[in-house]
Amino acid sequence: MLRIAKLPIAIFAVLIILFPWVAREIPAIDHYTDIMVFVGIYCLITLGLCILMGYAGQISIGHAAFFGIGAYVSAILTVRFGINPWACMLIGTAVSSAVAVLVGAPSLKLKGHYLAMATLAFGIVIFIIFNEEIEWTGGPDGMSGIPGLSLFGFAFDSAEKYYYLVWSFVILAFIFTINIIQSGTGRALRAIHASEPAAGAMGVNISKYKIIVFVYSAVLASLAGSLYAHYLNFINPSTFDLFFSIKLVIMIALGGMHNLWGAIIGSGIITFLSYEWLHYFEEFEVIVYGAILLLVTVFLPNGLVGVPGIVKGWFRR
Amino acid sequence: MNPVNNENVLEVQGIAMSFGGLMALSNLNFQVKRGIIKGIIGPNGAGKTTLFNIITGSFPPTNGTIRFKDRPIEHLKAYKIAERGISRTFQTIELFGNMTVLENIMLGCHTRIRPSFLASGFKFPQSGRKEKQILERGMRILKFIGLNDKFNHLAENLPLGEQKMVEIGRALASEPELICLDEPAAGLNETETHLASSLIKAINAKGITVLLVEHDMRVIMNISDEIVVINYGQKIAEGSPEEIQNNPRVIEAYLGSEA
Ligand SMILES: Nc1ncnc2c1ncn2[C@@H]1O[C@H](COP(=O)(O)OP(=O)(O)OP(=O)(O)O)[C@@H](O)[C@H]1O
Ligand SMILES: [Mg+2]
Repeated sequence: MLRIAKLPIAIFAVLIILFPWVAREIPAIDHYTDIMVFVGIYCLITLGLCILMGYAGQISIGHAAFFGIGAYVSAILTVRFGINPWACMLIGTAVSSAVAVLVGAPSLKLKGHYLAMATLAFGIVIFIIFNEEIEWTGGPDGMSGIPGLSLFGFAFDSAEKYYYLVWSFVILAFIFTINIIQSGTGRALRAIHASEPAAGAMGVNISKYKIIVFVYSAVLASLAGSLYAHYLNFINPSTFDLFFSIKLVIMIALGGMHNLWGAIIGSGIITFLSYEWLHYFEEFEVIVYGAILLLVTVFLPNGLVGVPGIVKGWFRR
Repeated sequence: MNPVNNENVLEVQGIAMSFGGLMALSNLNFQVKRGIIKGIIGPNGAGKTTLFNIITGSFPPTNGTIRFKDRPIEHLKAYKIAERGISRTFQTIELFGNMTVLENIMLGCHTRIRPSFLASGFKFPQSGRKEKQILERGMRILKFIGLNDKFNHLAENLPLGEQKMVEIGRALASEPELICLDEPAAGLNETETHLASSLIKAINAKGITVLLVEHDMRVIMNISDEIVVINYGQKIAEGSPEEIQNNPRVIEAYLGSEA
């Protein structure tokens, strides 16, 4: 039976709580807390992508769009209308859900390449809207002056405070997603992945489940977008381009999309690569990502979380 | 509802199916009385699997009506038909390979018991209760099909005979009134075929109506109450096993297809 062990989650939570305390003491890594904020934000998106792609088997190469919708709804409503940021975050998820239903209902009927192309086109369209609707989005220059977050007078105004906020979201999303996977709902999603004819014949309303999981992944991406906008206080369209959608897929492919831990591992590695370790490569950075995706697809079809299994296999032989 | 003798649980009325010009079925009519085992035979390509696909909602027929318990179902999606009480197995195994045997069967319960998305995510008590019910029912069915010791094996790692059993178990888990079995004995050895036959009879003894497509004539003739013979998408005979065995058109269809 599919059971996700609780102990590693507890250990992981403790490590996450301790991390800033340690990073603070070591000058060489004291800015890692800031990077970990972004890791957390991307984890939120990849957790949703992981259940969508790895478990339910539905491809999306357009999730940067939902990330962007969350960010822009938060930015526009706070900057132009002065609405409370938390309310904006909620409205963002509502808008993203509505868009996910509108886009998902027709495209999730498609299979494989066609679904990939439909989501890719969707991502491009939304990216163009961010660029062209200058009156609303500020166009290519983006929007600044997005307020930070505070709760009951407590302002999340430092990297460390924001870190704890973001990672609380991640831990909650992680637990929620695990609960889904271990329930009848998760079983239905995996069944759809394995055989649609059989899932349908066993009473699974296939289109409903596909849309639900698509909406769920859109909501997580949207939340991540709002958290991103309120952290940086500035956004512009280039963050939400096609390359980012692809990077998200690389994250879960590298970590392993059939396992939620893969989402976390992949987001961590790719984020640190792009924020910290790949500066030397400058414009060749893209090639590194390409190489990672290629190597993973060929040698590690189950991603890094599949490595222990491969090693065990060697010893058994 | 009291099962009335001679009441038809399923009526196939004027069913036609064309795949881009190829008439896989044409003007097919027959009825299935509640509680019987009805065999469906016919040479390869006769349209038997296509008929099952239509009855269980994989696709709608080009023409005609399927009535289940007096209500038309031919326009319904597969999951709706499952809810109405028809379940099936597949000629080419369609198990959820990377799920365990028990999980496969538990998924079969989805038709009757399922938690909502939010209830699952927030772990509301009702979702735990439902999961427990599903688990218990799954284990009961595993015992019934005799595979309880293999509950934790991945379905894809089982031998063919056991995979066929799991498919039947999964279909039973949805508590059907009518079960459509597409060649349950194909590829099985003597012993396994025997097991499959007794299992089908046991299922029927629970009051479940069985539609049985099968090439193994001993199985069909031994356990069917009635048989329909299809050739080139058309019904060429219908009756008791004895009548079918002695029907010249049936003999010709089978000999003709072998020649
Ligand atoms: N989805 C489909 N698309 C196109 N043609 C199909 C499709 N399904 C079945 N056919 C065709 O319809 C005819 C009937 O096929 P079907 O599978 O129903 O036969 P069958 O009686 O089950 O045969 P078998 O005993 O070999 O299983 C065949 O000619 C087959 O090629
Ligand atoms: Mg067939």
